[in-house]
Amino acid sequence: MILQTLGVSMRFGGLQALNRVTIDLPEGQILGLIGPNGAGKTTLFNVINGIYPPSEGRVVFLGEDIAGRRPYRLAHMGLARTHQIVQPLTDLSVMENVMVGACYGRERLGLSAARRVADETLQFVGLGARHEQMAGSLNVAQKKRLELARALAARPRLLLLDEVLAGLNQTEIASMVQTVAEIRRRGVTIIMIEHVMHAVMNVSDRIVVLDYGEQIAEGTPSEVSKDPRVIEAYLGDPDLAARLTGSVR
Amino acid sequence: MAMLELRNLTAGYGQVQILWDVDLALERGKLTSLVGGNGAGKTTLLRAVMGSIRPWGGSVAWEGTAITGLPPYRKAGLGLVLVPEGRQLFPRMTVLENLEMGAENPRARRKMTHNLERVYTMFPRLKERAGQRAGTLSGGEQQMLAVARGLMAEPEILMIDELSLGLAPVLVLALFESLLRLKADGLTMLLVEQNVRMALTVSDYAYVLAEGRVAFEGKASEVAENPEVKKAYLGI
Repeated sequence: MILQTLGVSMRFGGLQALNRVTIDLPEGQILGLIGPNGAGKTTLFNVINGIYPPSEGRVVFLGEDIAGRRPYRLAHMGLARTHQIVQPLTDLSVMENVMVGACYGRERLGLSAARRVADETLQFVGLGARHEQMAGSLNVAQKKRLELARALAARPRLLLLDEVLAGLNQTEIASMVQTVAEIRRRGVTIIMIEHVMHAVMNVSDRIVVLDYGEQIAEGTPSEVSKDPRVIEAYLGDPDLAARLTGSVR
Repeated sequence: MAMLELRNLTAGYGQVQILWDVDLALERGKLTSLVGGNGAGKTTLLRAVMGSIRPWGGSVAWEGTAITGLPPYRKAGLGLVLVPEGRQLFPRMTVLENLEMGAENPRARRKMTHNLERVYTMFPRLKERAGQRAGTLSGGEQQMLAVARGLMAEPEILMIDELSLGLAPVLVLALFESLLRLKADGLTMLLVEQNVRMALTVSDYAYVLAEGRVAFEGKASEVAENPEVKKAYLGI
């Protein structure tokens, strides 16, 4: 297992954002993390990524308990992420943005090596022609790719992708899904939070479903899509609907 | 003729297109629901219809007359009223003051006394708490107040964005029951709702939105039976 969360809970005051979430992630897999709005998906990323120490439970990455370890230390260990709202350094060039990832990532490269890695990574994500452009001047699809490139330049073992498909059109989605599959083929383990369901169901080996902080299902895409608790989380409680019908008739 | 009709409506934010050629019609006296997963474009559609964002293309027609570019207050003056997601009450004003704020357009002002009585009958809790600040109400009471404020605007069409989000089942039931009463009174409504089963139970007609497009539409009872609904939410 490259990553395990063991009974991870997260409370914010009275709000139980995560309740004993346990995930085993074998190396080389793509895990899709889905659930309705407010289910706790990004919170789980923030816990794995060291933004918040969990209120309870352990996070084990590459055999080490990393709960509470700072994000920059985790980046050195090979854990990288993208953000739902892209966070480019707008006044740096595309190239410099990606070099930041390489300099502060797993290999902690010097500037010239970082430039080489950034160059390769930009080619890989399809931004090869935009090295010198200011990051702030990219369009949305390009910013998503820049966000991905910066994470990849850190040479992660585990990559956390937070809604990399949001805001993309159908063509861009298809192309990004191919890129994600190719990243995995190169040996990077991936957890992706995604609302574009046909894409995440298609590309993931396994799916974990969160709802109100509870881990309500886990399995292959086809298993979870048949799970009554998952259907209820997405479509609503059938019993309540029946009570409403009872009240009108 | 449909009371409100959208044709080829497209809209988005900045460079991101959210809605792609949406056609949708609201028939007089009917409750229509618009359902779909996170990020499908439901709220964007309501904003584009209401005019709080400018549609990129396509048209919105009110009984056959184009109203696409009218500002929200002019649309509210016609009787097109939105109960926004997250309620957007005035928390430091009293319940009564919030209700009065709903009746700002001239048509509504004339019928304020009558409508106030009507919403107090529908939601007796609001009458009990008329003098209390809206921010101190429970979540369910706040949602009741948001719907009631919409009704104070004397709507011809009431559009509700997320009636039941975050509420306990007993309150969800109570709010849906009030929708059924409004429907019995003949009010035309568009309901955007994350609880699909509840929405389809009360609606006459339904549109399923997926990735900014109408995936399919039909009588609510037929949509409820359609396995494609599950697919629109779960991808397979």
